[in-house]
Amino acid sequence: MKDPLYALTIHEAAELLRRREITSLELTESVLHRIQETEPRLHAFITITADLALAQARQADERLDRGEAHPLTGVPAAIKDIICTKGVRTTCGSRMLENYIPPYDATVIERLRRVGMVMVGKTNMDEFAMGSSGENSAFGPTHNPWDLERVPGGSSSGSAAAVAAHQCIYSLGSDTGGSIRQPAALCGVVGLKPTYGRVSRYGLVAFASSLDQIGPITKDVRDAALVLGVIAGHDPLDSTSAPVEVPDYTAALVPDLKGIRVGVPKEYLGAGLEGGSREAIMTAVGVLQELGAEVDWEVSLPTTPYALACYYIIAPSEASANLARYDGVKYGFSYMSGASMWENMEKTRQYGFGMEVKRRIMLGTYALSAGYYDAYYLKALKVRTLICREFEAAFQSHDVLVTPVSPTPAFRLGEKVHDPLQMYLSDIFTIPINIAGLPAISVPCGFSQGLPVGLQIIGRPFDEATILRVAYAYEQATPWHTRRSPL
Amino acid sequence: MPLSREEVQHLALLVRLGLNEEELETFRNQLSQVLDHFRILQELDTTDMPPTAHVLPLTNVMRDDVPAPSLPVEEVMANAPQREGNYFRVRAVLEE
Repeated sequence: MKDPLYALTIHEAAELLRRREITSLELTESVLHRIQETEPRLHAFITITADLALAQARQADERLDRGEAHPLTGVPAAIKDIICTKGVRTTCGSRMLENYIPPYDATVIERLRRVGMVMVGKTNMDEFAMGSSGENSAFGPTHNPWDLERVPGGSSSGSAAAVAAHQCIYSLGSDTGGSIRQPAALCGVVGLKPTYGRVSRYGLVAFASSLDQIGPITKDVRDAALVLGVIAGHDPLDSTSAPVEVPDYTAALVPDLKGIRVGVPKEYLGAGLEGGSREAIMTAVGVLQELGAEVDWEVSLPTTPYALACYYIIAPSEASANLARYDGVKYGFSYMSGASMWENMEKTRQYGFGMEVKRRIMLGTYALSAGYYDAYYLKALKVRTLICREFEAAFQSHDVLVTPVSPTPAFRLGEKVHDPLQMYLSDIFTIPINIAGLPAISVPCGFSQGLPVGLQIIGRPFDEATILRVAYAYEQATPWHTRRSPL
Repeated sequence: MPLSREEVQHLALLVRLGLNEEELETFRNQLSQVLDHFRILQELDTTDMPPTAHVLPLTNVMRDDVPAPSLPVEEVMANAPQREGNYFRVRAVLEE
């Protein structure tokens, strides 16, 4: 039997669309039908925009008929609900923004619209991107398509689950400490966090401004290269977006790794890494070697065990400042029946924010407050320098570093919700990369306990091309990206 | 050292976050546990190490001041919980 249209990748769909063998409308209807069929069990979306998608598909078809196609034209996408979409509510997974309708598009949306995006919906997420399981969404958790009793990872929970379950052809997520790569790994799909500054953050609701990046979640590596090519590049509306040339990422996709120097940092293979995941990672590194890469097992990044503490000071500190804007005055939830302005503001924040968001606001405020600033925040910024320098040194003699994405495969829903520190530990292998602002990709590399495992490939600043090349060569030499979740 | 109840209350006041009794106690325990983990950083010698607030070598990013249309007032005000004309309405800040 022929595969249903919703199962296509971007590049497969683009080829069929360009040849006019299928229409965007047919493809979009197939995806919308798939959403209808699977969404009650998955809960990957907060808002489904079926009418908008159908209208955009018709426009895309006109464009395709005129032969003005881009590979993304008419291909259905799902967008993490932290990215502002003009006229479509953007909740951040929070009661605070339950009814917020942005008056403008994020730059990434503007760029995707320009090439003829079809948007099927806004995806579920941990509230304000704070979480590693999707369970902090105010709208209820997303389930993992490989095992509905398990978490899909977070915070881009819906974006990863939706791609794995073929509820969209690709999605956008955001990654502050692993929020694209970890759910991509746990759901068996590809997730790319670009270099800090590579993609504009304009219109990305701010969590931790020195760490946040938007990136693609896709079914294979070629698709990730295609989406990155559209969303990357300097944006005058984001002063931290870097004026650095964007190469043609698909040109980097060659199936061999001759001359590539791969480093495997020891600290990422130590205690805490689950057995089956470890086995999958070791086998994957062997494949890279067979493909011609030179592998160095002696790399050491001794500050790795300190990254978690460093991150959980910096990120909540930035968050406590960023989230001060939710005061019930300009937009969002507003408590109005208090006795005074102050009471209204306190109750607005009390009822509008969930527990994890409050926890981080409190933590960040503590780290920034008088008397503790030097011991916590300033100390963390100095440790950040140490971490950055260690990566710089490692990249003197290596082109990429390879590590696991997550210490374990998907855990059970409810398993870690009452123990914040345990939950924070799910990000130990992804956090250091955000601290140093480096690009990294998660690519499926096998299974443990029947659940997907992800391989993390980390690159030099602005060298997404090389991590895409390594990921592509690995993917083409292995069958993992062709495996389908049972849903 | 565990945080005291008063410290947690003080933090909540600094960020204008209303907390009920249960949340206060939960945060007191959880924040103490996480802050305890942060002590690990004291093991690292960071003497003479400059702080990194930001990984990009960018300073004072400027661009030309080119006039362009602003967002339509109606669309911006559409999200206001309470408005009066083109103003956001709030309760009196200064009370008697």
